[in-house]
Amino acid sequence: MSIGTLRVAWVPLTDAAPVIIAREMGFAAAEGIALELVQARSWALLRDFLAAGAVEAAHMLAPMAVARAMGLLPSLPPVEALMVLSHGGQVIGASAALARDLPRLTDAAQAAGAIRSAAGPRLRIGVPFTFSTHALLMARWLGPGIEIRTVPPPQMAAALAGKEIDLFCVGEPWGTVAAEAGVGTILASGRSIWAAPPEKVLAARAGWAEARPEAAGALMRAVWRAGRWLDGRGNRGIAAEILSRPEYLGLPAETLEASLTDRTAFVLAPPPGPFFTFHDGAASFPWRSTGALIAAQLARRFDLPQEPAGRAGAAIFRTDLYRKHMRAAGADLPGASMKVEGTLAHPTAVASERGTMILAPDRFFDGWIFDPPVD
Amino acid sequence: MDRQLNILVIESDETRAHSVAEALASDGTCRVVILADTSGLGRRIAEMDPDVVLIDVAHASRDVIEEMAVATSPKERAVALFAPGGDTAFMRAAIEAGVSAYVAEDVRPEVLRPVIDLAIAQFATVRRLRLELEATRRALDERKVIDRAKGILMRARGLPEEEAYALLRKTAMDQKKKLAEVAAALVTAAGLLG
Repeated sequence: MSIGTLRVAWVPLTDAAPVIIAREMGFAAAEGIALELVQARSWALLRDFLAAGAVEAAHMLAPMAVARAMGLLPSLPPVEALMVLSHGGQVIGASAALARDLPRLTDAAQAAGAIRSAAGPRLRIGVPFTFSTHALLMARWLGPGIEIRTVPPPQMAAALAGKEIDLFCVGEPWGTVAAEAGVGTILASGRSIWAAPPEKVLAARAGWAEARPEAAGALMRAVWRAGRWLDGRGNRGIAAEILSRPEYLGLPAETLEASLTDRTAFVLAPPPGPFFTFHDGAASFPWRSTGALIAAQLARRFDLPQEPAGRAGAAIFRTDLYRKHMRAAGADLPGASMKVEGTLAHPTAVASERGTMILAPDRFFDGWIFDPPVD
Repeated sequence: MDRQLNILVIESDETRAHSVAEALASDGTCRVVILADTSGLGRRIAEMDPDVVLIDVAHASRDVIEEMAVATSPKERAVALFAPGGDTAFMRAAIEAGVSAYVAEDVRPEVLRPVIDLAIAQFATVRRLRLELEATRRALDERKVIDRAKGILMRARGLPEEEAYALLRKTAMDQKKKLAEVAAALVTAAGLLG
């Protein structure tokens, strides 16, 4: 069936891979989609594109969609998460001065204390956006009392060199770029703080997926197959080559390949498992509890009532659409749509339709557990 | 506007920056500062304290300004977006969708000034809506406190609802305080007494 043209906005980051691969490896074409990728250099512009109907869907920071649902962003049309695009991909780096003053880092809890005492009372941390998994991770790990600043990822190295920030948490390839420029030391992976941090979602304007069910289903399946391809053996090198092209990231393939193939050297050894996950362990399933967890963290940061925030966050993670459209593609579907977050220390089998679902470890460094309110 | 408007133009192309500045300054009601280098942008905006920030719609530093617009900032600012050679269809749609900014197609003075005024007007509307929302939220909170205080009186003194309310209102009038304040004091006191 022919769907015609669908436009997806993306921000130049390695984790835009699922939408880029959906186009480049023909998964979109196989679903009858002429996939047009529209680059945005800021999250604000990506949001405007989506609000204005200039694109049908977008590669969006998961907390950004949740923040909109909570009324924390300008009152544009609401968006919802059709599926999760990636887990992980966050690099934490320190200025040369801060890195020099640190003792040997042994685990995330000890590292947090060491960073706080080495940096003194004023720890300034660069993140790509106020509403990002990066900001949530930093607040969980080092807060309260830290100063979180938005720095566009390509400027992260310059901000570190210019002593505007002491530490950053950013999506690849910009951590590697800062390290290659010799201005920062890569300390840790975001996974050292939260073993399976959801990062980007495939977002659409609320109501679009209902208004165009065939288009939504086709797009979700194409992106899901791209994610499966990305987590397949030996494909990451090819992905790095594709992403390196001038129309995408325009950076050397080696710069992109390091983190895609788990060759980034972290001072603090990350927990076992890949740095990026696009598919395995039901990574693309939009757990409603993930939306609730992000909302709970944002509510705490902005001093808002927990309960309505949690409900709003859970509601935009469209588990129902995922179930409806992905069964036909052969995706295994879990029995539940919510889970207690932060309890899994090891890969764990859970009840699912095909009985093949194994969830990845999802523990927080401090053992925090999020038990979502029952809906 | 009864005073000069301070406008910060974020633009690295010198020629374009100057033509924008000239266009804005031509009627003498604006003071324009151009910023080419965006490192440390947040701090510099705070220092310059402009009334309006004018920035290219596709500029990578928009997220920094976005951060300043999120509730926590002590001073809110209007942001005008500038789409040179403009994708007018997109911007029209964006404006209709509620993006709180307006855009100039090119740098003609007669176009630019109205755009800035529109951005300020739109900004004022958004701010008014936000203040109204806060007022509504506060009113709801006050209602809740009054209801709880009423409940405490009803239980402690065996009063029916209307009498409990009347007692609260009379106490507030006698003490020349707001009803919500008296209710809050009662709820706190009851909490202390267990």
